[in-house]
Amino acid sequence: MAVELSFSKEIENIMYASHGKPIKDCLQCGTCSGSCPAVEFMDNSPREIIGLISADFKKEVLASNTYWTCASCYHCSVRCPAGIDIADMMYALKRYSMWKGEFQEGLIGPEFSESFVKMIVNSGRSFEPLLAATYLPKFSARDIVQEGLMATGLVLSGKMPLLPKKVKRLKNLQRMVRRIIPIGETK
Amino acid sequence: MKQYAYYPGCSLESLGKNYHISALEVSRELGLELKELEDWNCCGATAYFPVDELLAYTLVSRNLAIAEKSGLQDFVAPCSACYKNAYFTNSYLQKDADLAEHINYALEADNLHVNGTMKVRHLIEVFIEDVGIEEIQKKVSNPLKGLRVAPYYGCQLVRPRKAKEDVENPQYFEGLLSALGAEPIEYASKTRCCGGSLIITNRKAALDMVHKLLQDAVKNNANVIATTCPMCNVNVEVYQSQVNREFGTDFSIPVMYFTQLMGIALGIEPKRIGVGASMLSLAQSTVS
Repeated sequence: MAVELSFSKEIENIMYASHGKPIKDCLQCGTCSGSCPAVEFMDNSPREIIGLISADFKKEVLASNTYWTCASCYHCSVRCPAGIDIADMMYALKRYSMWKGEFQEGLIGPEFSESFVKMIVNSGRSFEPLLAATYLPKFSARDIVQEGLMATGLVLSGKMPLLPKKVKRLKNLQRMVRRIIPIGETK
Repeated sequence: MKQYAYYPGCSLESLGKNYHISALEVSRELGLELKELEDWNCCGATAYFPVDELLAYTLVSRNLAIAEKSGLQDFVAPCSACYKNAYFTNSYLQKDADLAEHINYALEADNLHVNGTMKVRHLIEVFIEDVGIEEIQKKVSNPLKGLRVAPYYGCQLVRPRKAKEDVENPQYFEGLLSALGAEPIEYASKTRCCGGSLIITNRKAALDMVHKLLQDAVKNNANVIATTCPMCNVNVEVYQSQVNREFGTDFSIPVMYFTQLMGIALGIEPKRIGVGASMLSLAQSTVS
C-alpha cells in the first residue's frame, strides 16, 4: 500500500538543489520574513508559509501568492538559523503548483515561466521584448502606453534589437530537451 | 594574454549591450581575452526552475560542456543570474554522479559531455582576483575623483553563499571603485534585491524594490549607481520613470555598469564602452 506523504515531505522531495535542512527544522523565528524584500506583497509571509506547510495546510498554501512573489534573492536562505534553503523551497512550491495546475487566479508568474521555457525550446535564447509584449494585456492601459514608449526609446537608442537570435544547433538542443521532458513538436 | 571562456548571456546581446562592449574593452585594456563560447544557449535566469529542475540544470550544463570543450579553465559570466546558475550547476555536477549521468544522457543529443571541471566566475571577480586592485590602480589614467558611486551588488552575485565569503557586507566592489579614484558610498541597500525577476510577473512589488534602492542611494548622495548585472541595470535605470510616476518622486540618477566606470578611469574612449554624453558630463564634471 502506498504511503501518503505529508505535504512538507512532498515539497522536500522536489527540492533537489538545496541540500539544506528539512522544513520541519524551522524554529518559526521569522528571520526569513524580516529579510524578505517582497514580504509586504505576499498573502502570507515566508514564516507563515513554512508553518502552513508543516501543519499540512496544502490547500491554503497553494492558494497563496507568496511563492510566486518570491524574487529569488536568497536573503532568507543565507540567514536562516535552521539552515533551510527557503528560496529553493519557494521554487519547489512553484513546481508543485505547476504540476497540480493549482495556483491563485490572475497571477502572471506561472504563465510567464511556461512561455519562457517554450521560448528557449523554440530558439535557445531568451528575448526580453517578446516576453514583455506577451504580458502587456495583463497590465493597465496606462502601463501599456508607458511600456510602448519605453520600448520605442530603447530600440531608437540602439539598446534593444528588433529581432531575437537563435542558437545554431537548435534541432540538437530540442532533442536534448526531449530527453528530459516530454514536449510536442516545436515550430 | 590569459584567455577565458566567456558566456555573455542573452541580456548582453539585447538590453545589456553596453555591458558587453565595455566588458570586452576593459578586459583587453587589462590584458585579458574573453573568448565567447560558440553557440551558447540561455541559462534560464529564474524562469526554468518553476517548471523543471532537471531541465534547468541540463540547459545550463550545455553551456558548461561547450566551455569544457574549448580547453579553457575559467567560465566567466558578467550577469549575476547566469553566474549563479552556472556556478551551482557546475558544483552539483561535481558532487552528484547520478545527476551528471542524467544530464549527460541529454547532452549526447548535441554531441556534448559535461564533467563539471570549469571554474565558474563572475567578471568582477576575474578583474579583482586575476588582475588585482593594485594593477588596476596603476593603469588608471583618468581617476574618477570626487565621483560618489553607490556600489550595487544586488542579490545573485553574492547569494546563495558559495564558500565562506561575506554575504551580508562584502567590500570588494568598494575596493575596486576606490582604485578607480571614485568615492564608494555606504548604504544599507547594496545587497538588497532590485526586484528584477519580478518586473514582469509582479510589477508593483518590483517597482517598490527599485524605489527603495533609489531612495537609499540618493539619500546617501550618490552621483551614480554602479551595477554588476544587466537585470539590475535595466531594472534600476529604465524603470526610474515608472517609479517616479508611481511614487511621485523625481529620481534621475545615472546607472552604469562597473565596466563602464572602469573604462572611463582607464581612459577608454566613452563611445567604445557605450557611455552616452549625459553620463559622461556627469562623470567629467566631478573629475575637473
